[in-house]
Amino acid sequence: MKSLRSPLGQVAGLGSAKNGVHHWWLQRLTSVALVPLTVWFTISLLSLPSLDHVTVVAWMAQSWTALLLILLVLVATWHSQLGVRVVVEDYVHTTGLRTLTLVILTFVHAFLAVAGVFAILKVAFGGAA
Amino acid sequence: MRARPISPHLTIYRMSRYSLLSSITNRITGVILSVGLLVLIYWLMAVAGGNRPYLQAHTVLSSGFFKIIYAGLLAAFCYHLVAGIRHLVWDTGRGLERAQSKRSAAIVLAATIVLAAALGYWLFLAAGRAS
Repeated sequence: MKSLRSPLGQVAGLGSAKNGVHHWWLQRLTSVALVPLTVWFTISLLSLPSLDHVTVVAWMAQSWTALLLILLVLVATWHSQLGVRVVVEDYVHTTGLRTLTLVILTFVHAFLAVAGVFAILKVAFGGAA
Repeated sequence: MRARPISPHLTIYRMSRYSLLSSITNRITGVILSVGLLVLIYWLMAVAGGNRPYLQAHTVLSSGFFKIIYAGLLAAFCYHLVAGIRHLVWDTGRGLERAQSKRSAAIVLAATIVLAAALGYWLFLAAGRAS
């Protein structure tokens, strides 16, 4: 069957890479998950009797708290990465600068996700008492 | 090669349009919340660090400067949450007519103010958390 794409478009590699909807879908999926997660986090944090170390550790060491906090950190950093990526792609028009910014932002988000999960697990397994 | 189309062209639209204003506000609040992630992870690392590092971080995080940051993050969170839900409703194909969109923009603004006021009261006055 004859391709509907123009010869120039084909040679230049323009057009569908068959993953256009992937980013959009993940952005929606993470945002749906973040609605209950962020609401839960805000309410639980504000409900704590105090924010001293003993209280926070006791709260964070509970299995459900640790589990939901890990989910929050992972989904929030993922959603943030997807979001700032689009912002950079839209507003940074110099190719080299754009790529560099995206690389740095990806590394920062990966670092934040790992640091957050590590911290929660350390507290949950009794390493911060 | 001809320049490929880029978006969004912020400068050629009239900013009085509700939808554009609410769209760019959603982006700005999203970026603010991304920066807020740094505070969250710093706090989590401080908790994991033990009593003494936590006390040091707590001193930093309860300063007047950070109270302003919390107020900003709180407002950004409320807007991004409500406007995000509006986007999810749009994704189902509902509420896309101009009149509906105008109305939902007003609802988003009102809900944000109510939510931010309630959470702000809880954070700064009732719980005294920011102290």
